[in-house]
Amino acid sequence: MRVSVSWLREYVDLPDLPTGDLEQALVDLGIEVESIVDLRETVTGPLVVGEVLEIEELTGFKKPIRFCRVDVGDANGTGEPQEIVCGARNFAPGDRVVVILPGGVLPGNFAIGARKTYGRNSNGMICSAKELGLGDDHSGIIVLPPYLPARPGDDARPLVGLDDVVLELEITPDRGYALSLRGLARELAHALGVGFQDPAQRPVPGATAEPAWPVEVRDPVGCDRFAARLVRGVDPTAATPEWMRQRLTVAGIRSISLPVDITNYVMLCLGQPMHAFDADRISGPLVVRRAEAGEKLTTLDGVARTLSDEDLVICDDTGPISLAAVMGGETSEVVAGTTNVLFEAAHWDPATVGRTARRHKLFSEAAKRWERGVDPALPLVALDFAVGLLHANGGGTAGAEILDIDHVRPRTPVALPADLPSRRVGVNYPADRVVALLEQVGCTVVRGADRLAEDPGEVGVPAGDGEVLSVTPPSWRPDLTDPADLVEEVVRLDGYDRVPSVLPAAPAGRGLTWQQQRRRAVARSLAERGYVEVLSHPFVSTELADQLGLPADDPRRPAVRLANPLSEEEPLMRTSLLGPLLGTLKRNIGRGQRDVAIYEIGAVFHPRPGAGAPPAMGVDRRPTDEEFAAADAVVPDQPRHVATVTAGDLEPAGWWGAGRPAGWADAVAAGRDVLAAAGIPADRVTVRAAEHAPWHPGRCAELLVDDEVVGYAGELHPVVLATLELPRRTSAMELNLDALPAAPLVAGPVISTFPPALIDVALVVDSSVPAAEVQRTLVEGAGPLLEDVRLFDVYASAQLGTGRKSLAYKLTFRAPDRTLAGEEAVAARDAAVALAAQRFGATLRGA
Amino acid sequence: MSYRNDPYDPKQVALLDPAALAEAVADAEQAFAAAADPDALTALRPAHLGDRSPVSLARREIGALPPAAKSDAGKRVNEARRAVEAAYTARQEVLEREQAARVLVEERVDVTLPYDRRPRGARHPLAVLMEQISDLFVGMGYEVAEGPEVELEWSNFDALNIGADHPARGLMDTFHIAAPPGADGSGLVLRTHTSTVQVRTMLSRRPPIHVIVPGRVYRTDEVDATHSPVFHQAEGLVVDKGITMAHLRGTLDHFARAMFGEGAKTRWRPHYFPFTEPSAEFDVWFPEHRDGPQWVEWGGCGMVNPRVLRACGIDPEVYSGFAFGMGIERTLMVRHGVSDIRDLFEGDVRFTRALGTGA
Repeated sequence: MRVSVSWLREYVDLPDLPTGDLEQALVDLGIEVESIVDLRETVTGPLVVGEVLEIEELTGFKKPIRFCRVDVGDANGTGEPQEIVCGARNFAPGDRVVVILPGGVLPGNFAIGARKTYGRNSNGMICSAKELGLGDDHSGIIVLPPYLPARPGDDARPLVGLDDVVLELEITPDRGYALSLRGLARELAHALGVGFQDPAQRPVPGATAEPAWPVEVRDPVGCDRFAARLVRGVDPTAATPEWMRQRLTVAGIRSISLPVDITNYVMLCLGQPMHAFDADRISGPLVVRRAEAGEKLTTLDGVARTLSDEDLVICDDTGPISLAAVMGGETSEVVAGTTNVLFEAAHWDPATVGRTARRHKLFSEAAKRWERGVDPALPLVALDFAVGLLHANGGGTAGAEILDIDHVRPRTPVALPADLPSRRVGVNYPADRVVALLEQVGCTVVRGADRLAEDPGEVGVPAGDGEVLSVTPPSWRPDLTDPADLVEEVVRLDGYDRVPSVLPAAPAGRGLTWQQQRRRAVARSLAERGYVEVLSHPFVSTELADQLGLPADDPRRPAVRLANPLSEEEPLMRTSLLGPLLGTLKRNIGRGQRDVAIYEIGAVFHPRPGAGAPPAMGVDRRPTDEEFAAADAVVPDQPRHVATVTAGDLEPAGWWGAGRPAGWADAVAAGRDVLAAAGIPADRVTVRAAEHAPWHPGRCAELLVDDEVVGYAGELHPVVLATLELPRRTSAMELNLDALPAAPLVAGPVISTFPPALIDVALVVDSSVPAAEVQRTLVEGAGPLLEDVRLFDVYASAQLGTGRKSLAYKLTFRAPDRTLAGEEAVAARDAAVALAAQRFGATLRGA
Repeated sequence: MSYRNDPYDPKQVALLDPAALAEAVADAEQAFAAAADPDALTALRPAHLGDRSPVSLARREIGALPPAAKSDAGKRVNEARRAVEAAYTARQEVLEREQAARVLVEERVDVTLPYDRRPRGARHPLAVLMEQISDLFVGMGYEVAEGPEVELEWSNFDALNIGADHPARGLMDTFHIAAPPGADGSGLVLRTHTSTVQVRTMLSRRPPIHVIVPGRVYRTDEVDATHSPVFHQAEGLVVDKGITMAHLRGTLDHFARAMFGEGAKTRWRPHYFPFTEPSAEFDVWFPEHRDGPQWVEWGGCGMVNPRVLRACGIDPEVYSGFAFGMGIERTLMVRHGVSDIRDLFEGDVRFTRALGTGA
C-alpha cells in the first residue's frame, strides 16, 4: 500500500516528524515500511514558477526547437527574463511553467547548468512531469492550470506535488483495515498519541423505503449487505480532479474515468471496495446469487471467464454482469458516454471472495481487501462519500432513494479475564490499563464478572477468580475474535519493548538421541577422511532413472512428483542421493577442480504405493491417534541416506611422490567407515560382490549388517559415467542410515600383555574366491589364539597358473594368560590353513 | 719422595717413576685430544688403558717392590690410571656430543615443504551451524525434534491455524505434491516451515515441551543471490504452564548472544503469524557486522495461538507456549558476511572448505 503523508494528515494530526521517527512509529505498530520517499528531496536547487514571455522558433535542426524568454521573478537574482532553450511545443506565451534554474539537480543526479545548445545560451530547463520524477508523462512540459495561485519565481514544488512524503507499506494479512487511509491514520494516532478524524464518521442518510434500484440478494451469507444509490445526469466529459488523480497515482492505481476513479478513491480512503455501473447498460433488476457452474462472464480486464457454482455474481436480466467483490463485467461498465451512474457498496464473505480470486487468479485491489476483512458498517458511508464526490466534480443529481439490504450480524463480545494479558506477557497491566488500551482501538468494554455468561469467544480462556471483561471489538476489526487477539492488542499498544527478558527454568533434557549422535559421528568421520560435505537441492529430472540405468522394476523409479516444480526439467524428488550429488561433482569439475571427494547426508523420498489422499481432519479438536496415523500413512517414506562420490586423486601427487587415485576400494572403505562410525561392530558387517545400478557390475559391493543390505559402494558404470559426462573411474557409496540397527553395547576386550607370535602365510586359491571369505575362514580355523589377521599382499602370476591368485596374510597370535609357545602358534596356523584348504582348496605357497 | 728400593730393578721400577707416569698420562691426554670422533677415540683405548698400556704395565711392577714402597707406588699408579680414564671419558663425552650435534645438522630438512598428502575434508557450514544451535538449546534442556520434509498439508497449514481460505496460505509460495491418479489433490506439500514439527511434537507428547527443530524447508522462490527454493530453519517451541512472552524474550536474547556475540540484543516488531498470537518479528543487534554494527532482521516469534494448542490436543486453558523461528542461511550469511546464497547449496568444495570447520 502506497500513500502520501499529506493525505494521511487530513485524518491524523501528524506532528512534523523526521521520516525516521515516522518509520519507527509504523514499525512499532506492526506495519512494515518498505520505503519512505521524501519528494521534497528528489529535486534540489531552484525549482520555480516561470511565465513564458516570448517564444522564438528555431529552425534548421532535426526537430523544431524553441528559444524562450521566461519571467522567473527574482529567483535568478537579476529579475531579468531567463533565456531557455526548450524542445517541447505544448505551451504558449502567457502560460506558467515549471523551471529549474542552473544549480538545480533533477532526479537521477541530473545537474542543471547554463550551457550553449542549438546555437543559443540556455540557462536552465522547463520541466516535464517525467523529468521531475512525477510519473511517465513526457509528452510535453508541465503547464500549470490557470486556477493555481502562483507567481513567477515562487517555489514550484507544492504546485506539482513535490512537497509530499510517500510511504510504501506492507500490511499483514490480518489487518484488512490498514489497507485504507482511515485505518492507517487511526493506527498512527494511537502510536503518536495525537488526534484522529475518522473519515467514516459523517452523518449519512439511511435507507429509503423506495430502493435506488430493484435488487434481490439470494445469498445473504455470501453477501450480508448490499447498498446502492443512483446519480443521474453526470457530465460524461468531466475529468478527475488533479488532486485525486495524484493520490491514485501514488497508490499505483491508473486513472480511468471520474466515476471509476471515485470508487477507487473511496476504497483507498475508507477501505470499502465499490463498483460503479452504467445504469443505462443494466437491464432489469439486479440479483445477487451464486453462479451456475459453467456460466460465462467477461470481466473488465477483457478476459472471458467460466464461472464456478461457488462464485458470487451480480446479475441482471442478461445474466451475470459482475464477478461480485472481485471485478466488474464489461457489459455494464462505465464508458465514455455514461451519464447515469449506479454506485454499489456491499459486504461479502471473505472466504468466498478469496476462493474466487484464487480460482480466477484475479488478485484485484478489491479482492485483496475483502479477503483480509472489510468493515461491514461502511456501505452507506462509502455511498454518500462517492455520490458527493461525483456530484461535486461531474454534476448530476443524486437520487433520493437509497438501497440497503442489511443482514450483518452484530459482533459477539469476547470474554477476557482482565489479568490474561499480564499472565501471557509477563508484564503487569492493571485492569484499567487493559480497558483503556482496548477502548483506544475501538473496542467496547464492559467491566465486571457479571458478564461471564457471555460467549467466551471461539477459544476460551479460564476466568479464574479475577475480573472478566466483556469486549466487543469494533466493526472494522474482524480479526479480533479470540482473547489472544486482545492480548496482542494490549501488548502491541503498550509497547513490545516493555516486555522483560526472563529465561525460563530449564527442564531436565535428555540430550541428543542416538540417531542424532550417530548422524554427527558419521558426518565427522567422512570429513576427517577427506570428504567435503554438500547440501544439494533434492529435485531431479524424469530422465535421471534412465541415465543411471535403473531397471524397470527398481524401487528407486517411483518418485514423489511436484505439482508445481520450479523447473519442468526437474519435477521429481530424489529417491537416491546420487543424482544431485553427481551434479554437484560435475559442477566442481566444471569449475576446475580435478580431485573431488564429496558427501551428503539427507532424506530421499519414496512414495507410498497405492496411497490416496489423506483423510480430511478438522482443527476444532485433536485428531485421534487413528485419524492421524491414517493420514500419516500417506506421507512418503523419507529415510536418511549418506552418500559419497569421488573423482580424480584422493591423495594428490606432490614432492613426496605420485598421487593415489580414488577408486572403488575407497568407496567401499567409506561405507565401512560409516558403519564403524555408526557403532556397528566389524564382525556384523559383510561386504560382498553385487550387481546394482548405477555401479560397474564387476566393481560393486553391497554392504550388509546382520545379513540385511544397507547400501552399495564401488566404481560407477562406465556407460552411466559417459552419459552423465563424468570422469572415468568415478566411484560412489550410498547407504541407508535409517536401516542400521542401534549400536550394541560393546563388551570391553581383555588386553593381553604377553608377547605375540607373528606368522605369515601365503595361500593360493582360485581367483574367484573372495578374499573376505578366505579371511573369515582363517579366523574361524585359527581359533581364539588369533588376535589379528591382515592381508598384506595379493598377486597373480604365470607361475601360479591362470585363474589362481596368492593371498598373503600376517597372522598375530597371542594368549591372554601366558607367553605363547612356538608350537602352539604353528598349530593354530596349521588349523587355519587346513580349514581354508578344505573350503577353497587353498594351498600354502611354497609348500 | 724417597726411593729406598732403588737397588732392585732400575729399569722396571722406572715405570713407576712419577715422571714416567706423568708422561704416560700426558701422552694419553694428548692422544685423546687428537681423536677426531668417537671411533678414533675407541681405537686409542688399548694403547692407553689396555693391558699393554703404560699404566697397566706399571701396576704389574708394584708386586716387585718392597712392601714399604708398595703403598706409595700403588697410589701413584692408581692416580695415573684414573687420570687417563678421566681424560678418556671427558673426550668421549665431547666427541659424542659433537657427533650428535653434527647429526642434527646433517639431518636438517625444509619444514616449510607443503604436505597436504591427505587433504582435510569439511563439514557443511549450514550443518555445523544447525548443530551449534541444537547444542545451545540442548544445553538449556531442549530436545532436538525432527519431521518429514514432504508433509501433510494439514500439519503445514490447517493445524497451524492457516485454513484453506486463509490469505496467508497463498503467501507461502508452496510446492504441492502431484495428486495420485484419480484424486483431486495429494494433501501433501513440501513443508514451507519447520513449524510442522511443532504439530507433530505436540501430537506425540504432553507438556512440558521444550524442543528445537533444525531442518530443511521449501518455497517456490526462483534462485538468485538471496533466494533459494530450498533452505533451512531452526524453530523453537516451549509449552508449559505459565509460559510468557518475557520467557520468549529471555530465550531469544540468550540465543542472540550465542550467535552474534556478547554485545548482541534483540528488538521486536509486532507482526502477524496465524500460528502465534501475539506475534512479532525480531531483529538482532550484531556488533561485528561486516558493514559495521547494525540491526539485522532475524526471525519471527510469538505465543503459540491457543487454536494451535487445541488442534494438537493441548488444553489452552491450562498451558501456554512460545515459538520462534529463524533462517539458518540468513544467520550464517550475516555472521560470515556471505553475500550469495548460492554458495551455500552449489557444493563448491572451495567454499565449504573455507567455512566448514568447528565440527
